Amino acid sequence: MCMTHSKTNTPDPLMGARHRVVICAGTGCVANGALKVYAAFQERMEEHDLSFILELREEDGNAGKTALTRSGCQGFCQMGPLVTVLPENILYNQVKPGDVDEIIATSLIGNGVVERLLYVEPGTSRTCRGTDDIPFYTRQRRFVLGDCGLIDPENIDEYLRNGGYQAARKAFVEMSQEEICTEISESGLRGRGGGGFPTGRKWEAARRQVDDKKYVICNADEGDPGAFMNRSVMEGNPHSVIEGLMIAARAIGADETLVYVRAEYPLAVQRMRRAVKDAGERGILGKNVFGSGLDIQCEIMEGAGAFVCGEETAMIASIEGQRGMPRPKPPFPAESGLWGKPTIINNVETLAHAVRIIREGAVRFRGLGTAGSPGTKTFALTGHVANTGLIEVPFGTTLREIVLKIGGGVTTDAGAIDPAGFKAVQIGGPSGGCLTQEHLDLPMDFDSLKTVGAMIGSGGLVAMNQDTCMVAVARFFMEFTQRESCGKCVLCREGTRQMLALMDDIIEGRADDNTLTLLRELALAVQKGSLCGLGKTAPNPVLSTLRHFADEYEAHVKHKICPAGQCKALLKPWINAEKCKGCGKCVKKCPVEAISGELKQPHAINQDTCIKCGACLSSCKFGAVEGLQGAHA
Amino acid sequence: MNTFEQDARTQSPARQFEKVCAILELNENKPQRLIPILQAVQEEYRYLPEDVLTFVAAGLDVPPARVFGVATFYSHFALAPKGKYCIRLCDGTACHVKRSIPILEAIYQRLGLSSQRNTTDDMLFTVETVACLGACGLAPVVVVNEEVHGQMTPQAAVKLIDEIVERESVTCA
Repeated sequence: MCMTHSKTNTPDPLMGARHRVVICAGTGCVANGALKVYAAFQERMEEHDLSFILELREEDGNAGKTALTRSGCQGFCQMGPLVTVLPENILYNQVKPGDVDEIIATSLIGNGVVERLLYVEPGTSRTCRGTDDIPFYTRQRRFVLGDCGLIDPENIDEYLRNGGYQAARKAFVEMSQEEICTEISESGLRGRGGGGFPTGRKWEAARRQVDDKKYVICNADEGDPGAFMNRSVMEGNPHSVIEGLMIAARAIGADETLVYVRAEYPLAVQRMRRAVKDAGERGILGKNVFGSGLDIQCEIMEGAGAFVCGEETAMIASIEGQRGMPRPKPPFPAESGLWGKPTIINNVETLAHAVRIIREGAVRFRGLGTAGSPGTKTFALTGHVANTGLIEVPFGTTLREIVLKIGGGVTTDAGAIDPAGFKAVQIGGPSGGCLTQEHLDLPMDFDSLKTVGAMIGSGGLVAMNQDTCMVAVARFFMEFTQRESCGKCVLCREGTRQMLALMDDIIEGRADDNTLTLLRELALAVQKGSLCGLGKTAPNPVLSTLRHFADEYEAHVKHKICPAGQCKALLKPWINAEKCKGCGKCVKKCPVEAISGELKQPHAINQDTCIKCGACLSSCKFGAVEGLQGAHA
Repeated sequence: MNTFEQDARTQSPARQFEKVCAILELNENKPQRLIPILQAVQEEYRYLPEDVLTFVAAGLDVPPARVFGVATFYSHFALAPKGKYCIRLCDGTACHVKRSIPILEAIYQRLGLSSQRNTTDDMLFTVETVACLGACGLAPVVVVNEEVHGQMTPQAAVKLIDEIVERESVTCA
C-alpha cells in the first residue's frame, strides 16, 4: 500500500472540486521556478476560462471547480518544480511555465496525461505516472512528511480538516500529564535530533520538577551541512510543530514555548510565524486552551548563525541573549534550563512524531521500525545519487534500499548512473561517520550504527561516488567543526585547529610517518577533553575515514598520490607525447605560461610553475594531458 | 538603499539613532533581547556599525563588551559594511562533494576577491560561503541576496555576476 499521503482522518482533499492542482513550493522547487509556474497556472486558467479557486473551503460549493494550491516540500527536489494533479494523482516534474497550457488542456480540460512531463525511472526507462508508481515514493513510509506534500502550509483550515490539533485537544482535555508522558514512553520515541535520547524519559523528568514556570523549546537550528529535514517540515506543515510543542508543554506543565529556527531558513521562519499567528487567532494558542483553563504562548526566535547553538545548553544561552556557549551537565535542562527553570528541548521531527503518537497511540507507532528504534526517520538524501531529496523510511531499512533503490543509484560527476559507483555515504554530518560497501545491508537504526562508529545524527545522508577523495571529505568536516568551535574548551578550540593543520599536511603532500599517529592521538584527546557534543564528535569523520579508507590515507602520506585525483597539490599533470599533436592550444590557455614546446612537436609542462588549474586539460582536443584526473581514471 | 555612512552624513546625530531607539523600545530595552535587537539593527543598516553597538549597550545598560561579544560570536552579524549584492556560496556537504569550490574560485576571480577580501571596492558585491542553506537537492547552490540558484557551475555563476553588473550599469547610466 502506498503510504505517501496516508492520514488517519483523511477527508477528501478535493472537497467536491473537480480537480486539485498542487504545486510544490518548498525551497528547492521555488528556486527552480515553482512560483512562476503557479503564476502561469493562474494566468492560463483565466485565459482558458476555467473556473478555479485558490483556497478550498468546505462551506463553498466547489463542484466543477479546479483548486490551485501550493504545498510544502514534497521531497523529490531534484525533479522540481513538481505539479500534482488530483484526483488522478499525476505527478509532473520539471514543469516550466511554458508547459502549463499543455497540462491545462490535457489533464484539466481533457482526461489525458502529458507523457513528456512524467518521471522516467533512469535505470529501466519506465515512465511513472504518479507517487503511487514512482519507486522514490513507493518505497517510503511517509508519516511526518505525509501531509507536507499535500496541504497548503499557510492555510490553518486545511490542517484542521486533516485532523489537526485533535491530538493537542486530546492532550489538554482528555489526558493527564502522566498519561501523556507514559504514552510517549511506551511508544519508545527517541529524539530525532541526533542523540536518540528517549523522549518520554526527558518529558517525565521535567514533569516531576515542581516549579511555577517551565519552558518547552523546539530545536529547529538544523545546522548539519547536508541536512534539511526540519526545514521541510516547518515549511510544509508548520502547524504540526506547534501542535507537538503544545502537547509537550501540556505534558510537563509549561505555558511558554519557543521555536529556535536557523536564520538560513527564511521561508520556514515566515511560515512558522504565520502559523503561530493563525493558531492564536483561532484561540488554539493563547489563554484557556480548549477550555482547559491552561495558557500556552509560542514565540519564534531566529538564530544568528552558530552551529554550536544546536547543543541544548548553548541554545539556552543564545535565547538568553548571550554568546552561545555550552555549560556542563548536570544540571540537565529538564531540571534547570532557560532562566534556571525546568526546560525540555525537542527536535522538530520528534515533536511531529509526538503528535501522531498522541493521536494514534503508542502501539501503532511501534508497528514500524525496530524494537530499539521504533517509528520512521526522515533523511535528506543528497550528493551523488540520481534522486536527491527528502525521504522517510522506517528504522531498520538498509542503506542499499535507501541509496540504490529510493535514491535510484549512484551517479558519476557528469550525472550518469554508475552501477559500480558507490563508494561511501557520510551520515550524521560533521559528528557522524562514513558507511561503505560492507555496510550496504546494515539495518539503519540508532544502535546498529553505533557499532560501526557512525551515528544517525539528524539525518543527513550524503552519497559519494568513486571520484570522491575521502581524505578531502574528512578535511572538509574538520574545517567546519574547527570554524564552529565556540572556543570554550582548549582541546576543541586548539585541537580541531591542529587536526585541520595535519589534514592539510596530508592533502598538500607535507605529511610524514608521524602524521597519522599524531592525528589519531589528537583525535582521541579532543573527544575526551571537550565539554559538549560538538567537540566530542568533531574527530568522528577523521576517525571513521581512517578506519575504512586507511589505504587512501597511505597513498596520500607515503606515495603523495590522491587516488581520486581531487587533491590538487598532489596532482602531477604531464603531456603524453604520443597523443600530443603540438597544436599549441594549451600554451595559449595556460594562465601561468607553464607549457612550452615547438609547434607540431610534443609539448611539456613545467611542474614548478604549474598551478594545476586544468585549463590545458579542457583545451586539449586529443586527450594528451594526463595526471589531472586521479590514478584510476 | 541608504547605508549607515550616508545616513551619518545627511542626518543629525539625534536622527541617526532614531531607528535604533525604536528597535530598543520595541524590545523593551531588555538585555535578553540582545540578539533580536542586533538582527533588527543589521536589517536596518546592513551591518553593525561600531557606534551603534556602543549605543545599544548604553540603551540596554550592559557593558559594550557584552554587546561586542555577542556581535562577534555569531556569524550572521557583520561588523563591516556589505555590498549591495551578497553572493553566498553554499559549501555544505552536498554542495561540497558536488564541487562547489571551483565555483567559489571562479566568482573570486571574476570579482578580483579572495577569502581575505570579500567585498568589492564599488560596494556592489560581497562574497561569502555558508555551511548549508538546506537546499541540498539542488547542489551546488549559490544565493544572491534572497534568490536561490541551484545546480550551479563556475560558468553559470560568472554569467550571473555579469548579468548583475550589466543591470547595475544600466540603472546607473
